[in-house]
Amino acid sequence: MMRCFILLVFFYITGVANAHGGTPVKVPDTMAERVKACIICHGAEDKVGRDAYYPRIAGKPQGYLFNQLRDFRDARRYYQPMATLLENMTDEYLLEIAQYFSALQLPYPAPEQIHMQPEEIKLAERLIYSGKPEKDIPACSACHGDILMGVEPAIPGLLGLSRAYITAQLGGWRNGGIMRGQAANCMSEIAQQLTDEEANAIAKWLASQSVSGKPSPFNVLSSELAHRCSQTILENGGEK
Amino acid sequence: MRRLTMILMASSWICAALLWGGIVFAADTVADEPKHPTGTQQVVHGAYLARVGNCMGCHTTKSGQPFAGGRRLSTSFGIFVTPNITPDKETGVGLWSEEDFWQALHQGKSRDGRLLYPAFPYTEYTKVTRQDANAIFAYLQSLPAVSQSNPPHDISFPYNFQPLLAIWRALYFKAGVYEPNQSQSEVWNRGAYLVQGLGHCNACHSTRNVLGASQDDALTGGQIMGMNWYAPSLSSQLEAGVGDWAIEEIVALLKTGITKRAVASGPMATVIRQSLQYVSQEDIHAMAVYLKSLTENESGNAPGVSFSVMSGSLRKHLDLGGQLYEKYCQTCHGADGKGMPGIYPALAGNRSVTMKSPLNAIRSVLNGGYPATTTENPRPYGMPPFQQILRNEEAALVVSYIRNAWGNRGSLVTAVDVDRSKGGEY
Repeated sequence: MMRCFILLVFFYITGVANAHGGTPVKVPDTMAERVKACIICHGAEDKVGRDAYYPRIAGKPQGYLFNQLRDFRDARRYYQPMATLLENMTDEYLLEIAQYFSALQLPYPAPEQIHMQPEEIKLAERLIYSGKPEKDIPACSACHGDILMGVEPAIPGLLGLSRAYITAQLGGWRNGGIMRGQAANCMSEIAQQLTDEEANAIAKWLASQSVSGKPSPFNVLSSELAHRCSQTILENGGEK
Repeated sequence: MRRLTMILMASSWICAALLWGGIVFAADTVADEPKHPTGTQQVVHGAYLARVGNCMGCHTTKSGQPFAGGRRLSTSFGIFVTPNITPDKETGVGLWSEEDFWQALHQGKSRDGRLLYPAFPYTEYTKVTRQDANAIFAYLQSLPAVSQSNPPHDISFPYNFQPLLAIWRALYFKAGVYEPNQSQSEVWNRGAYLVQGLGHCNACHSTRNVLGASQDDALTGGQIMGMNWYAPSLSSQLEAGVGDWAIEEIVALLKTGITKRAVASGPMATVIRQSLQYVSQEDIHAMAVYLKSLTENESGNAPGVSFSVMSGSLRKHLDLGGQLYEKYCQTCHGADGKGMPGIYPALAGNRSVTMKSPLNAIRSVLNGGYPATTTENPRPYGMPPFQQILRNEEAALVVSYIRNAWGNRGSLVTAVDVDRSKGGEY
């Protein structure tokens, strides 16, 4: 009798445990699983959070991504949510994350529908493809590649990003908000030369282009620009 | 040519010898002759002890020169700026003697006799032996001198009035090296020495009074000064007491940052990355023995409080959180809240979720994060920062839900609690 009772209790307990069990979580041993924390903002779909301007990171040059990850972690580029996520990561792991996103192929978001006056388009295109030599502003394409998709290994593409993001980045460069406390940087100098009107025109134009192609290979940079932006280029993302 | 080969061979031998000794070969940038030759056993031991005490954690800024200070510590008394402790004569501690260093560590007095603020945890470091202090000093003096002057502290009135510090010390500070408890084992005493002294665990894991003094050295938990995190009690089974854990599991948590039932998050993950993962097996084992003893005789079960049955409206309220849980949390933490041990922590029965202060649970939802990247866990899995997509009200619902699902019981959390939990580092 007692034995029966114990058995009954036993079945009851295991039964409850099973009913409570649910489906066990399966965790694949992949980078995709490991970067789940990143993709609520940088995911495949066009995520519109309250910050509203998370950039695409898939397909950007690996060295560029690696540098940004280190800069966020080490407080050279300031954005607290990123700093918090990366606080305890090693360079090795950050490089692996950069490799993952650089190699990732995702559909690009559709270009933004932005109305621009013909003069504004002309202004943007002139700055982007020819620059403004009298103010020492080089063409965007001179560094970011003819098709503006970036240059390996450390210069980012400019397409497939929202207007809000591009505007914020130019503002950040201009006010020193991106590389806090760091030595002069060529993007900082260039952004400071741009008028509000010019910066707006560039952001609108870039955000309304459709995206295609890949980052250009390393050797397309002129030696003058390579020298001027050496700081960015020397942090070439693979070496330490 | 032959000579070159010889030189190359000799230098590679020297390098190998240095590596063998476990010494990091520093670039020859030291302007002055070091007071103590590098490579002595004392320096190596000092380097180890500096790791255990995590001196760099405070005395180095992010991406700054090691030990050159400049890190700003915000507290309710003002902002403290950590000093340069490299052997630079002008801006560091290059002119300090062994005795000066002992005065600072043991007595909380600077070289010029000025009283130090207890943001420098001399209230704990006073327990460190003279021999260990000398080794740390020898190590610091062997570092490359970095010329870097840091801004002064920015302390608000009246705390910037030095004589008050003398009163504070009379009330709350007693200098004295750790005295072994004769009724305990040698291992236990070693653990106590490290936890109470160099490890300065009490700097965070204790409640501070309005004057910033720790109430006792019993590791009873408290809000971390100047940080929006709660350091759980290590002497309560309801929080982070480990009385019913196996020693190996405590060791694993401290060394790797993650075990089957716990993950160190927030500032603790940083302490593990910067310091604890490097502590020797013997020492970490001793620390585990001591920590376990703090709650060994306590019952591991929840307190004998019986919870009232939930009202219908409360259940409905929690269901809203449950829906959010299903949408955002379930794929990793599971419908049963059991997670995947060692990867995604269980929330069912997780004391960080249910403990009285919901702060850490809220912050984990808001900020997400990765466990410490350690030698043992070099590629951890992470949690998204949900503040990017959840409103305060939603975060409150989901935290209330996990505090009361799967047999968990904890107070409900409001949107105001969530709002107050924002900001700060980590």
